[in-house]
Amino acid sequence: MFAYIIRRVAYAVPILIGVNVLTFYLFFVVNSPDDMARLHLGMKHVTAEAIEHWKADHGYDKPLLVNPSEHGVKRFTDTIFFQKSVRLFAFDFGYSDDGRDIGYDISQRMQPSLAIAVPALLVGLLVNVTFAMLMAFFRATYVDVSGVILCVILMSISGMFYIIGGQFLLAKMFRLVPISGFAGGIDGVKFLILPVLIGVVSGIGAGARWYRTFFLEEAGKDFVRTARAKGLSESLVMFRHVLRNALIPIVTGVVVVLPLLFLGSLLTESFFSIPGLGSYTIDAINKQDFAVVRAMVFLGSVLYIIGLILVDITYTIVDPRVRLS
Amino acid sequence: MIKPVLLTTDALVFLLTALVLVFGVYARNKPHLREPWQQVLRGRVAAACTVVLLAFVGIGLLDSVHFRTPLKDAGSGGATHYSVDVLSVLDVLVGPLRTRQEKTYSAPFATHLFAKESIELPDGRTVRAYPRLVYGGRHLRAGGPGRLQDILQRSGRSVAETLLGAALLLVVAAGLLARRHATPVPAMLQRILRGRTDMPWRTILATLSALLLLLFLAINLATVYHVLGTDKVGQDVFYQSLKSIRTGLLIGTLTTLVMLPFAVFLGIVAGYARGWIDDVVQYVYTTLNSIPHVLLIAAAILMLQVYVNSHPDLFETTLERADIRLLFLCIILGVTSWTSLCRLLRGESMKLRETEYIQAATAFGVSHLRIITRHILPNVMHIVLITVVLDFSGLVLAEAVLSYVGVGVDPTMNSWGNMINGARLEMAREPVVWWSLLSAFLFMFTLVLAANLFSDAVRDAFDPRTRVR
Repeated sequence: MFAYIIRRVAYAVPILIGVNVLTFYLFFVVNSPDDMARLHLGMKHVTAEAIEHWKADHGYDKPLLVNPSEHGVKRFTDTIFFQKSVRLFAFDFGYSDDGRDIGYDISQRMQPSLAIAVPALLVGLLVNVTFAMLMAFFRATYVDVSGVILCVILMSISGMFYIIGGQFLLAKMFRLVPISGFAGGIDGVKFLILPVLIGVVSGIGAGARWYRTFFLEEAGKDFVRTARAKGLSESLVMFRHVLRNALIPIVTGVVVVLPLLFLGSLLTESFFSIPGLGSYTIDAINKQDFAVVRAMVFLGSVLYIIGLILVDITYTIVDPRVRLS
Repeated sequence: MIKPVLLTTDALVFLLTALVLVFGVYARNKPHLREPWQQVLRGRVAAACTVVLLAFVGIGLLDSVHFRTPLKDAGSGGATHYSVDVLSVLDVLVGPLRTRQEKTYSAPFATHLFAKESIELPDGRTVRAYPRLVYGGRHLRAGGPGRLQDILQRSGRSVAETLLGAALLLVVAAGLLARRHATPVPAMLQRILRGRTDMPWRTILATLSALLLLLFLAINLATVYHVLGTDKVGQDVFYQSLKSIRTGLLIGTLTTLVMLPFAVFLGIVAGYARGWIDDVVQYVYTTLNSIPHVLLIAAAILMLQVYVNSHPDLFETTLERADIRLLFLCIILGVTSWTSLCRLLRGESMKLRETEYIQAATAFGVSHLRIITRHILPNVMHIVLITVVLDFSGLVLAEAVLSYVGVGVDPTMNSWGNMINGARLEMAREPVVWWSLLSAFLFMFTLVLAANLFSDAVRDAFDPRTRVR
């Protein structure tokens, strides 16, 4: 087990190197620092001095890969690649275009993201599993068919309409909750209700329908038929045999997204002006702040890979049939 | 003379249409290819969805034939100059919808603007009032029938026209079917009306009639009113929604067209060859998958913007600039979405290479290329098809989100995402400007719902695991 985890972690390193090289290529080779400077200073009437000045301010005035004017190790460390890309591996994200420490900003913004994402995930999981089990319990009846139709309708609605509609109905017309905003501590709960609720509702369609297939797959297996043949009641069969086996793919599906919860949701956070990492990302894209985008790309990849490793470990824990070698 | 304009995406659309048509002709006489599609169409829901989807595709195709009209004033030289406005056949067909621009917001079926303005009366006084719309409800005379009565009259006429059209459709369909099955027409008519035909002709005709009703309503009402209101700059929202159809369809189809060759080739080769090739392909897709997709798309779109801004001479009109961005968006969406299909195909071809018929082919000394093209590719095509159809609705929805983030299609291009984005802030207004959102929602919801239901039917028909009958 331990050796397996070590090997998986070692396998993650070349992937992170690949991500790093790819982002370096996209951000510095395809789109040179000169272009970046011009984008920020405005396209027209930019003097060469202004560009040089901007580059020097943001540390983009070094050669890309090899610095011929330096000697020894500095020949390779005093370059854009080392300063901007390699240092990401130490989670040293540098400074954003307006001079803020990106690492500090990220650590500050993780908590609001999690405050929305974790409750939404947990409540959503509970609702989806319940709904899916209900459909599977009444399979091939009108309850099941109308449930599936409802799911297809729910998943055909864009996530933005859930947010806009929810804000309009609950916050504007009935004034039950504030439209947007965020506060820490116990005062913050009233701000969280609506985003969490919308996160849950918008996920029901796809989630419940997907989980339903797991339940149906298990419900058709031989051991379930044996359980019924023994004379167990249908609800006992569902809870004891079907649910426990169907939970295996559900749990692993949840585990893979767990690390990504840190990144927050782009839409929810920006519509509800929650100071999390999702709105941080959107702000960075709108301000064309490449330093922040680079940092988020790297962070996202790290979290994704952690998710993959966690899934493999979870498999062995929830499903004793799987042995890692 | 008009000057035809072939945008890059237009060319790809026509290529795709040609491919589908060629496949259709090819599959006509091949029972094993024809059968699953017939099974799809035999379902009532799927048949209705197909009709709706075809209507969307038709509008999208009409909107893909572009041209530029010559300017009236040809100038002193012999050469004609062309207008910078690129029009499509759809623009010509809907004619007045495009040109009748009001000053600013107006509600659906309104005759007056949404906001009060200072109006100068003939006697010199100024009052604050809702100004009359320039085009909306212009035909209404002061003494004549009121607005509500006029709308009812026009709707009634549309219903009558629809009933006539539907009856005509029914008779034509019954005639054609009767000839094919060599039964008398009245008997066929009865079978259709009772729903006792092989294909669900009753459902198909009912859906067609519903579309016909919408068409007649549009002809009778949209030409004199702004049926879905006008937006901030006074443009007809109904026209915008129609124009957005092409954008939505392109995002959904071209993206898959772009990613298919990579996904199919790499997936099959990885699963078939195994060894280091498999490792490399797996490495590539894990790496690409691990980058948050929105950020990769954002980075690529920002890069394209820099390129377009520094090469303004490459693109003659704003539409061409918007078009290259749309194409690029499709490509980059393809880059982020090919991985799941690639993984599926890799697993499937790994399984297939161990089957007896492929082992036999290997034993006979058939070359690898031939095994892949003759034996593996046809046997994974159902996976490809199911993935393509399933991905479509997700891509249409993704466009809206990307446009909201600011990395979607060009802001000048009509798209549902841009409509939502523009109307989003108007929800805070009192009273609310809701019609842009509602129309974007209705059009998107219809397309995505139809696509979702259709894809379910396709999956049921093609996936051997769910094929029970």
